[in-house]
Amino acid sequence: MSNVGTSRVKRGMAEMQKGGVIMDVVNAEQAKIAEEAGAVAVMALERVPSDIRAAGGVARMADPTVTEEVLNAVSIPVMAKARIGHIVEARVLEAMGADYIDESEVLTPADDIYHIDKNDFTVPFVCGCRNLGEALRRIGEGASMLRTKGEPGTGNIVEAVRHMREVQSEIRHIQNMQKDEIMVYAKQTGSPYELLLEIKELGRLPVVNFAAGGIATPSDAALMMELGADGVFVGSGIFKSDNPQKFARSIVEATTHYQDYELIAKLSKGLGTAMPGIEMASLTDHDRMQDRSE
Amino acid sequence: MKIGVLGLQGAIIEHARTIEACGQEAVIVKRKEQLDDIDGLILPGGESTTMRRLIDRYEFFDALVDFGKSGKPIFGTCAGLILLATDIDGQDDAHLKLMDMKVSRNAFGRQRESFEVALEMKGVAPDFEAVFIRAPYILEVKENTEVIASYNDKIVAARQDHYLVTAFHPELTDDHRLVQYFVEMVKESRKKLAS
Repeated sequence: MSNVGTSRVKRGMAEMQKGGVIMDVVNAEQAKIAEEAGAVAVMALERVPSDIRAAGGVARMADPTVTEEVLNAVSIPVMAKARIGHIVEARVLEAMGADYIDESEVLTPADDIYHIDKNDFTVPFVCGCRNLGEALRRIGEGASMLRTKGEPGTGNIVEAVRHMREVQSEIRHIQNMQKDEIMVYAKQTGSPYELLLEIKELGRLPVVNFAAGGIATPSDAALMMELGADGVFVGSGIFKSDNPQKFARSIVEATTHYQDYELIAKLSKGLGTAMPGIEMASLTDHDRMQDRSE
Repeated sequence: MKIGVLGLQGAIIEHARTIEACGQEAVIVKRKEQLDDIDGLILPGGESTTMRRLIDRYEFFDALVDFGKSGKPIFGTCAGLILLATDIDGQDDAHLKLMDMKVSRNAFGRQRESFEVALEMKGVAPDFEAVFIRAPYILEVKENTEVIASYNDKIVAARQDHYLVTAFHPELTDDHRLVQYFVEMVKESRKKLAS
């Protein structure tokens, strides 16, 4: 007898994405460019994060026409974003055949307290995190993949670096803790105790963790891999650059060969202008997407 | 013995761990020169289109074809199965074209249709836990190909000479019997190539 939607099937899908780049796209043409460049998956959106940031107002799940157009355009997996806590947007995406759902702080949260109970779904979910506690709460709710949040749509890598370092350092910390200390840590950080024990045993997260939120260049992508990311999401970084084809290809190669610095130098030559960046200090509390959920 | 795992993209480290659990040395192959040092190669699960792009960019392509033609065993899982096939349904061209078979990509459906099932695998295990993710299957094989497992009448594991393929992901379980089977293939080929 066969089983669909098991934890192994949902987490396994993310395992197959490792070492790869997942690119935000807003139509079939961009999706094809991403696939041709070697993206492992695309994220179908109505607007990339930097445009969502510029537009303001309430950002919702994309028009199903866009998602459908992308689903039909490529053979690589297609992800799509639902608002945090918006069970129905997630069910709609599942019904449409999206391969992964991103319960994402890039969209305006539908629920300011609860996330979706993701264990209930056949389709797997990816969620954002800034630290280990947040990562483990999402896994507890059924996330099959994580991504550090960074600060989406800024082209500024600093928050992505902060979050990845935070998660990695807390994992090392847990490995050195005794069980009694882990219980107190669970209480202080709101982390499920059993998952902390699993991390102590494994020395890593039980699911794949990509980096996201601010990756704009091949070197940025390689940096995140160096810091322990399993792969990278590039949102606005590709289609807001001067030469999307070239940027996309170069970021894919830099992610695979992240320690081959001569190659990264070559890849970075004459790429044209990267997306315009935003200094973190110029964002108000209200502008910070990463703080929209805990 | 040294067994390589093509290290461009996908579930690389899981295969490397299994190779080590089978008592062999694992090598993560990121450059074509590394192929000279290994006795067998695993093409891991991942995205076949991504792997192909990366293979093309580093002149890996000819080196991989030569590796297969030299008689050294290759084991392809899921995306690796696609890379080895001579024919891909609905596409004009295939990739390495080392194993005589026609395959269909994502033939079991999208992610929501992905599944796991206990499979009877001839010569490997009576109850292998097989995890299928957006999996392909094999439509046709040549007469010199041994069908190792089928699911719902679709071929999902096969061997032709020194090539072994599965549509599912042994690397997602702790069951090492399939990689152990491949290790035996590598041992046989070493003997044969040495004589």
